[in-house]
Formats: sequence, C-alpha cells, structure tokens
Amino acid sequence: MNSILALISNQMSAITILPEIIVALMGMILLIAGAVCGARVTRQVGMLAILGMAVAGFVMLCPQRMHFLPMGGQMASFGFRYMFVDDAFARFVKAILLIGSSLSIMLSWYYVEQEESLERPEYPVLILFATLGMMLMVSASDLMSVYVGLELQSLSLYVLAAYRRDDLKSSEAGLKYFVLGALSSGLILYGISLIYGYAGTTNFIALNFGVHHMEHPPIGLIIGVVFVCAAMAFKVGAVPFHMWTPDVYEGAPTPVTAFFATTAGVAALAMFMRMLMEPFSGLAEQWQQIIIFVAVASMLLGSFAGLAQSNIKRLMAYSSIANMGFILVGLAVRSADGIQALLIYLAIYFINTLGVFGVILCLRRNGKMVEKISDLSGLGKTNPLLALTMVLFMFSLTGVPPLAGFFGKYFVFLAAVKAHMVPIAIIGMLTSVVSAYYYLRVIKVMYFDETQQPIDDLPDYGVKIVIGIAAVYVLVFTIYPTPVIDAAAVAMHSLLGG
Amino acid sequence: MPSFPLLSIITFLPLVGVLIIMLFAKSGDNQACSVKLSKAVALITSLVTFVVSLGILCYFNPSDSSFQLMERYVWIPSFNIAYIKGVDGISLWFVLISTFLTPICILSAIGGVKKRVKEFMIALLVLETMMIGMFTALDFVLFYLFFEGVLIPMFLIIGIWGGEKRTYAAYKFFLYTFLGSVLMLVAIFAMVLHVGTTDMTAMMGGKFPMQMAIWLWLAFFMSFAVKTPMWPFHTWLPYAHVEAPTAGSVILAGVLLKMGGYGFIRLSVQMLPEASHYFAPLVMVLSLVAIIYTSLVALAQTDMKKLIAYSSVAHMGFVTLGIFSLNQQGLDGAMIVMISHAFVSGALFLCVGVVYDRLHTREISRYGGMANNMPHYAFMFMIFMLGSVGLPGTSGFVGEFLSLQGAYLANSWYAFIAALGVILGAAYMLWLYRRLFYGPLEKADVKAMPDLNLREYAMFVPLVIFVFWIGIYPATFRDMFAPTVNKIIQDYQAQIKDSTHE
Repeated sequence: MNSILALISNQMSAITILPEIIVALMGMILLIAGAVCGARVTRQVGMLAILGMAVAGFVMLCPQRMHFLPMGGQMASFGFRYMFVDDAFARFVKAILLIGSSLSIMLSWYYVEQEESLERPEYPVLILFATLGMMLMVSASDLMSVYVGLELQSLSLYVLAAYRRDDLKSSEAGLKYFVLGALSSGLILYGISLIYGYAGTTNFIALNFGVHHMEHPPIGLIIGVVFVCAAMAFKVGAVPFHMWTPDVYEGAPTPVTAFFATTAGVAALAMFMRMLMEPFSGLAEQWQQIIIFVAVASMLLGSFAGLAQSNIKRLMAYSSIANMGFILVGLAVRSADGIQALLIYLAIYFINTLGVFGVILCLRRNGKMVEKISDLSGLGKTNPLLALTMVLFMFSLTGVPPLAGFFGKYFVFLAAVKAHMVPIAIIGMLTSVVSAYYYLRVIKVMYFDETQQPIDDLPDYGVKIVIGIAAVYVLVFTIYPTPVIDAAAVAMHSLLGG
Repeated sequence: MPSFPLLSIITFLPLVGVLIIMLFAKSGDNQACSVKLSKAVALITSLVTFVVSLGILCYFNPSDSSFQLMERYVWIPSFNIAYIKGVDGISLWFVLISTFLTPICILSAIGGVKKRVKEFMIALLVLETMMIGMFTALDFVLFYLFFEGVLIPMFLIIGIWGGEKRTYAAYKFFLYTFLGSVLMLVAIFAMVLHVGTTDMTAMMGGKFPMQMAIWLWLAFFMSFAVKTPMWPFHTWLPYAHVEAPTAGSVILAGVLLKMGGYGFIRLSVQMLPEASHYFAPLVMVLSLVAIIYTSLVALAQTDMKKLIAYSSVAHMGFVTLGIFSLNQQGLDGAMIVMISHAFVSGALFLCVGVVYDRLHTREISRYGGMANNMPHYAFMFMIFMLGSVGLPGTSGFVGEFLSLQGAYLANSWYAFIAALGVILGAAYMLWLYRRLFYGPLEKADVKAMPDLNLREYAMFVPLVIFVFWIGIYPATFRDMFAPTVNKIIQDYQAQIKDSTHE
C-alpha cells in the first residue's frame, strides 16, 4: 500500500479521490464480469461490490493515506484545482454511504433471486455507480462537480426505481421519478447559471469569499441560491417538493426503496449542508428562512399525512418526510451544534430505516411480497423475534428512549433550543407525538390483532444480517454513543472550519 | 458506602432475568416447559432484586439528607452527560416499593396470565428496570431515558394482555403521557443549556430566573399532571386501569402514578421553588377538584376496576395537595399517602383480579354475597378497603391526616374541602364492599367460586403487614425520609425569603 501511494504521492488529486477511483474501477470490472457471466452470478457480483466498497472505505480511513494529506487529514485537502475536497465531513458521510449501500445490496439478494426478470448483475453495479455519484456529491467543492455527481447518482436511481420493468407500478415510479428528477436537475442548473452569472465563479471557496465580501448580495445570486435550495429539497424529499416520495417508495422494488430512503437521502442532505454552510454561509439569513419553512412543513405534513396510510412502504415515505423535517431543523439553526446533531441523527436514522426495510422484505406469503400494514398482523405470535426487532425500530423512530432514535431527536432539538428556536422545538416535539400514532399502529397490528396465516420462512441470510446489525445498533447506541458523537464533532468542525 | 455499584446492580438485575428467559425459555415444541421456566426465572429474579434492594437500607444513613450511594460514570462527555445515580430519603422508598411490588405482580400474573406468559414476564422485568432506573437517576438524560422508557413495556402490557378495548386504552395511555413528557423534554433542554450540565443535583435550589422558571414549571406540570394524574388530565387512567391485566394495574397504580408525585417533589419543588410557590394555589385547587369530583364519579361506577381507578385519582389529589402545601406536614403526608396508596390500591387491584380470574367480569352487579362463600377473601378485601378509606390504624389514615394538616397550615378552607373528600371516599368504598360481599348469595356461578388459594395468600399477606405497619408505627418510614423532607422545605423557604427580600 505504501509503495503504491508513494508512486503517486506527487499527485495530490489522485490520493484525495482514491476511494472513488476504487469504487469506479470495481463498478466497471463488475459490469464486464456480469455481462460475460450472466444472471447466475448476481449474488457473487453483489458480494464483490460490497468487498469493493469495504476496500474503498478502508483506504479512505487508513492512516497511510491520511499521512499524505495536509496535517494528516485534519485539514481539508483539495484535488483537481479545487473541484474536489476530502475532509473529515466527507469521510464521515462517505462512511455512512458505503455502509448503507453495502447493506442495501445485502437486502436485495433474496428479493432479486425470487424473480427471474430481476436477477441480473446490473443491480449491484447500478448501486455501486449510484454510490460513486453520491461520494462525488459529498466531496464536491465546485458547483460543476456537484452537478456531475448528482447526475451520476440520479441516473442510476432512475433505472433502479424502474427495475421491475414488467411491473406497472415500478415503471410508473421510475418515470415519475425521472420526470420530476429531471425537472429538479434543470432547476439546479438554472440556479448554478444564475450564481455563476452574478458571482463570476462556481468554486465553493471563491464563492464563500465573494459572498462574504458583498455588502448587498445581488438579487440574482439570491434567486440562484433559492433555485438550488428548491432542487435540493426535491432530492431529499422535503415539503413542498415531496410529492414524488410516496409513489416512488411504493412503486420501486423494496430493496431500492430502502436504498432511496437511507443512502440517497443521506448523500443529498450532506451535499445540501455543504452547499449552504460553505459557499453560501454569507447568505445564511436568506436561506435560513427557507430551511425553517421546509423543516416545519415537512415535520407537520410527514406526521399528519402518515396517519391515513395503509401501505407500509407509503407509511415509510411519510415517515422519511417527517424525519427530513427533524433533520433539517439541525440545518435551520445554522450553528455548530445543529450540524453535529444533524450528523448524529443521520448516523442513527439510516441504520434504523434499513432495519425497518429488512423487516418489510421478510413479509412474504405464498411466495409473494405483501406490503399492507394489516399484513403484519399476528407477527408477534408467528415470528416473535422479527416482530421484536420491528418493535425496537418503531419505538426508535418514534423517539422513545432508551433506543437510539431518542438521541437523534435529543441533540437536534437541544441545538434548536440553544439557538433560541423554542417554538420550532415545541412544534417538532408535538409532531413526533402525532407520528407516534402511526408507528404504534404497526406495533398494534403485530401484537394486538388476530393472527393471520404465518409469513413464509426466509431462507436468506443477507436480510437477517441487516436486521440483526440494525437491531443491535439501535440498542447499543445508548450504552456507548461516544464514537458516533465524537466522529460527528470532528466532521462538523471540518465543515465549519473549511 | 459499599465498594460496589449497588444501585446499578438493583437497576439492571431484572434484565439478567430477561436474558435468561430469552436464552433458555425457547418457545416452540416444548411450550409448557418454557412457560414454567419463565415464570420461575421471573419470580426468582424479582425476589433476588428485592432482597438486594434491601441492601440500600443497610448502607443508607437516614440522618443524612443528601444523596447517598452515589455512582458517577462517564457517558457522553462531549455533551456533559454522565451516568449519575443516587438515592435520598424520598427516592429510596420508591425504589423499595418497585422492587417489593414486582414479585407480587409476578405472583399474580402466574395465575392470571394465560397467553404469551414468557413475553409477559419479560415485559414486567423490563418495566422493573425502568422504574428503579428512573427513581435512582440523578442525571437529566438518564432520568428522561427511564421516565419515557416505562412507556414501552406498559404500552405492550396493556395492549397485548388487556381487555376488550385494550387498543384504545393503550394508545390513550401512550399518547397522553408521551405528549406530556415531550414538553418536559423541551424544558429539560432549556435547563441544561442554562446550567451547562445535565447533573440534576446541580440544578437544585432556584438557579433559574423567575420569568424562565414559570415556563419550565408549566412544562413539568404538563408531564407530571398527566402522570400523577391530576384532574383534568386523568382521563387516560380509568381506561388504562380497566383494560390492563391485573399485574399491569398494580404496577400502574403502585409505581407509575408515583412517578408524577416524585417528579413534582424532585423537579418542581426542588428545582423551581419560586415558581412552585407561585403556582401552588393552582395545584391546590386542582387537587381539591380532583378529590371531590373523582370521588363523586367513583360513586357512580358499575365497574370495580374503574371505581378503584377513580379512587386512585382522588388519593393522588391528596398527594399533590400535600406536596404543594409546601410545608413539612404536607410533604410528609404526601409521602405517606404515596407509600400507602402503593400498597392499598395495588392490593385492591389484586383483589379485583382474584374474582376476575374466576368469573371474568368486573361488573359489580354480577357479584354479591361473597362474604358467605369466600370469607377469607372478604376479610382481605375489608382490610384494604379500610386502608383506602383511611380508618385510623391503617396506612391510609396517617397519610391523609398529615396531608390535611399541611393543607390546613396553608389555608384552612383547603383542608375543609379536602376533608369532605375523605367522607366521600368512605362512602364509595363501603358501598362497593356492601354490593360485593353482603346481601344474599344468589348467583350460581358466584356461589361456585372457591376461596383464596395459597398463591393468592402469598400475594396478600405481605401487603396486609404493610398496611398495618404504616398505620400503627409510621415512624419506621417517616424517620427515613423526614431529614430529606426537612431539607427540601428549608431550602424552599430560604429561596422564597431571598426572592421576597430582593
């Protein structure tokens, strides 16, 4: 490892982007391998994809690589003429992304093997490329590289959403996501062009410097930022740009929905954070109002609209809207504590949600997936262990201690109160009581209702591993939360210091 | 000071039982065996926990009014959150009540619970951990963790093992209490940010400016008024009690309701003395309404459990009346009422459970004349009924008397009105007793009911002992908490004096 790095040590750019290079190479190799070997190697391709991401993650965090970065990686290191940045914030988020994508691939194994039309090696490869796009987004330090990463991620996701091409709902989901996604890409491009027109640069550092030294930021620049914010709100699925979420969540194949709800959301949010806190921190007063509105509206809509759902995937869509609201509160307070809280929330939320989707993927009767909430009935009796893990996930999403979800809410709203945004904290708390109703309903159906025909046995270990990891994490986080909290603190400092 | 973390051991000992049940009582082919094993493990664990919790009494120095048996470990250093535990004269009793009532509940559940016994035992043991953890926590996050954590097992206990309308009752219980506590959480944020640490001992003694303290007090009030429960926030309680299985009702009445009273003392009075002084008349009036109104409502009930549930609200009215008299007698009284109520109402719910297990109805009119065929049961019921009424010589009398005395010192009218509640309390309890036990024994199924069995005796006898012990020699209990109560009142008066001088 040392010698390879030494060879290219004069190439700073290559070192900063090394993890992405590994993921990209892996993706291309697997694409060829998949094309040659055909459908029967889907699982093996998936395993290799996970291996590739593990290697990328290891290389990203290994001290030998850090050694080549300025100040051992404590400072941001740039590559490609300040188009690309590698800092603690990017590493924190990328660690989440790599774990999330790996677990998403594990969730998909059994699912795609059950249907001939789905069992194709493209599936893990697409996830790999989507992850690559997300990693680029998170590390982008220029509006152009942001866009490149965003499109790579979006195009992979469009295909994934429509992956069940024989299925009407899946095709509809893919098309809907594509049309609206293209619209939001257009919005962001238009915003970027406005920003470039009024600020004369697309680079984050130059923008940051420029915006801070403007006495009166030109209105065109602000409009550009508003466009970018709107597009990003679309990508994270926040109100009022949330309309696609329930349909896409319901229509997309369940493992893809899991990927959307966790990894894709985390990447978009991280990019959102970097854009607002780095280049446009000088316009904080302007964008703060937007974020406050989006956060409060998402919390309210996600909590209330979720009450009427009968499909568990749609329910999770509204749950994710509400959670985006909670997360955006951390951004709306635009303080160091808020950013740290947000990162902690993300680190808890994504695993928690993956666990929920793991349980949803176990719901199969007579070889067919069932996804009505009422289909869970009697699970507490027929599958006690599975039901118990679902109880943990649901109470954690509700934010009931001693489960991990409580700490996410604790730190976010602590930051809100610290920033004197008590009304927002109170609204957030009250909406979490409202959303408690639908999380409790899942538990109620599993335990209080009459038993149905038991669900099929799940012969696959991939899903079980994911559920197990998530359940242990949700429980153990309370006992030993410091690693995540400290890592989030380091990431926060690197984002605000840069 | 013991050289080992006694309080943590007591808190987490029940979880060891949970682990054993989960590992060894496999559901599946060998159902009867696993049920038996989980019953035995749960009972033994809870008994061991009780015995170990008596260790607190050995190490506790009653003349010292500060927190004792302190434990302090690093938890989340970057946010100044620590794992701090400790007991004083007040929390000590609640810990002991929790560890004492849990084995009795498990005994009752061994006979009463027929389905998913293993899960029920796990839920009860987890609940025990949460309760003990909450009463011994001295860090705000830890406190909140357990305070809210109680909701999880209790929601499941009501919802899975409850009666017909269990879903509604479980939801109502959960959402009501959750709503109250999230507001408290916002108040906790404000306090933590003001003081800079989550250490509860650092927040005591009026550190908050009046303007802020009023809002904090109201947020706490929302949470504890729901939990206690106080009129008009009590509407979840009758449902929860009626639908919960017997063991759930006992824990609910015996311990969970005390969380409200404990919270009022620990958080409202100790941390926000001036605001407590400011709002005391409000609480007193609400308590009086609760005492009179819920007693009248109790008179109109046809369901035994509902009647006892309303009587609980009335008794908790005496607790809040005593606490917010804000004098030594009142607080002493509140403490004794809480301890006594834990035994008496827990026992009354067990009594209901005894006949419910036999006849599966709680309608008072379905019974009658049971004194003839179930004399032992009638005798037990009478003792607890008299304890609830507050007959001199039973535990109820001492507490109510001191509470009324405290209220009298605050304002003689309060005491006058509250005393009317005592009369009403006697009325509905005696009438209940008459309808259940006297009159002709006509109904065939009632006639066929057997008297108490050995297991039921084992549940009642310890409770009877305590009802008389508190009634005849309350000093055993009072001596342990009096120095703490004394200090709380002194601190409070010093604070009020300071603020009026300013």
